[in-house]
Amino acid sequence: MPTAVAAAGVGTAARAGVEVRLENLRRRYGGVTALDGLNLTMAPGELVALLGPSGCGKTTALRLVAGLEQADSGRVVVAGEDVTGQPTNKRDVGMVFQAYSLFPHMTAWQNVAFGLQMRKVDTARRRKRAGEMLELVGLSGFANRFAHQLSGGQQQRVALARALAIEPKVLLLDEPLSALDAKVRARLRDEIRRVQLEVGITTLFVTHDQEEALAIADRVGVMHSGRLEQLGPPTTIYSRPATPFVAEFVGLTNRLAGVVRGGEVEVRGARLPLVQPDAADGPAIALVRPEAVTFASDGETAAGPLVGTVIATAFLGATSRVTVDLGDITILAQLPTSDAATHPAGTRVRLALRPDPVLIARDEAKAERA
Amino acid sequence: MSRSRRLKLQVFRVIVFLVFGAFFLVPIGAMFEFSTRGNTDTAPRTLSAWQTIFQTPDLVAAILASLALAVITSAGMLVLLVPTMIWVRLRLPRLNRVVEFLCLLPLTIPAIVLVAGLAPEYRWLSINVSESILTLAFVYLVLVLPYTYRTLHAGLAAIDVKTLSEAARSLGAGWATVMGRIIVPNMWSALLNAALLSVAVVLGEFTIANLLNYVNLQVAIALLGRANAGVSIAVAVASLMFAFILLVILSFFGRPRARVAQLEADTTLSWGQKT
Repeated sequence: MPTAVAAAGVGTAARAGVEVRLENLRRRYGGVTALDGLNLTMAPGELVALLGPSGCGKTTALRLVAGLEQADSGRVVVAGEDVTGQPTNKRDVGMVFQAYSLFPHMTAWQNVAFGLQMRKVDTARRRKRAGEMLELVGLSGFANRFAHQLSGGQQQRVALARALAIEPKVLLLDEPLSALDAKVRARLRDEIRRVQLEVGITTLFVTHDQEEALAIADRVGVMHSGRLEQLGPPTTIYSRPATPFVAEFVGLTNRLAGVVRGGEVEVRGARLPLVQPDAADGPAIALVRPEAVTFASDGETAAGPLVGTVIATAFLGATSRVTVDLGDITILAQLPTSDAATHPAGTRVRLALRPDPVLIARDEAKAERA
Repeated sequence: MSRSRRLKLQVFRVIVFLVFGAFFLVPIGAMFEFSTRGNTDTAPRTLSAWQTIFQTPDLVAAILASLALAVITSAGMLVLLVPTMIWVRLRLPRLNRVVEFLCLLPLTIPAIVLVAGLAPEYRWLSINVSESILTLAFVYLVLVLPYTYRTLHAGLAAIDVKTLSEAARSLGAGWATVMGRIIVPNMWSALLNAALLSVAVVLGEFTIANLLNYVNLQVAIALLGRANAGVSIAVAVASLMFAFILLVILSFFGRPRARVAQLEADTTLSWGQKT
């Protein structure tokens, strides 16, 4: 919506975006390592989502960029300038928090204008800019409301307008949707992406919600134990996970015992290519996505390693998730709903594994054998 | 809730209100009655005891000194305690317990022990700095800590200090602005309550001033009571009424913003729809 950009009058510096580099950032809290040498470069105008479980270090990384925490070592470089030692109020970052953070004693308009007042922008320009920002997030009619008169979604939109009003170099979003209900969350997620694209600001988005990260980001960084396990476009993260952790954290995964032999893994009679073709021969756990599991066309259900009984079907819309009991394990298959409907619970089925490259987990295979 | 139950609740409330009202007002009424008695049983009622208040220079001086002490103590308490508590909450949370312990400590120390410890300090103060009664503000500042700490603690707990201050900092605000323009305006009622408690404690304080040989309002009332009981009771009623009026004024102080906000909500919610 280019007209909205023009209406918002966003400055060219912000619209062009700047490069942000996190170089070898380390942070410990007592004996706990929150960040263990994080390296990340964000291209100008890019939206990078940091995804990971609680305690993986993603929020710490964001707070280091904001200056709300100090790194033990490493650098934060914004637009070529090392800002590591700068206090938060000198960093030129806009931030939206997980908790509702509007100043309760100020109206929406006053909240948005606050940052401009701190920058000593004159009243007329402040009024104009705050109005434009509220219009950008679709809340121009709510300017005189206090925080307690706005819904959660509206409060976060005002918080977004407030963060963008100061034309920051970087926009930091710290799980801004996690306090909202599912419907509002999906709508506001799209709204954030629209505004980010219009303004063109480099954005770091922290979330533990994989759907959110995959839907909104140019690139997703999956974090685990203070490290970046994988950084890449959402499609790559999902379909070509670099590590077993990424495979299991992003999306659903079947863990099937198998044997690696000659660059392939043999799983329950099926031979599947490997993501890691140089993997040494030996026992392993193959991580197979439910989408790679289908019903076999010949329908032979007398016996076999992939023959079992459908025990549950979850309707997801166009697709359904079918749980099949193979005797020794259960396996998930994601199938078109029309296919799933022909095999209700209790039906004997024979499954097939699509020969997509799969990832293997070695250590866990050893552990399971032990 | 059924109509009869609602009615019973209403009656209960009225009874409680009347009982507590009588508990507070009967002694004050009796004091007022005593202060307006004539010299003999048959003499008509007179306000001479009340008029004498203003004709007794020592008493007027004691009232002014107590009022000045109340203002200084309240201001000093707010300047000392508010930034400290905000800072500890934001930056040094592990010191929370220590600050709480220090603030509550005066509650456990009897006034006589406090005076025994402070007497040498006040001797030194009166010789080297000033003999003014206003130096009592130092010890009163300690005395009001337990009451004001709890009130301010509750006020701070009611807002998300960390997130609000981080939001303000990210928008370019320095620490002074964060405290003065973001945190303090959101804990007005706690500040007012803390100030009121300070005023009440200072206006009612007798032991320390008396033992340290200063004449504040309560000491003056006690001294006067030996010579003229009517005047001392009149002053006591006046100081109680002063505290009561102050309480009423302060309780109305924090209301306008909430009323404006509600008014705006009433007018905008009719056309605005929440998402």
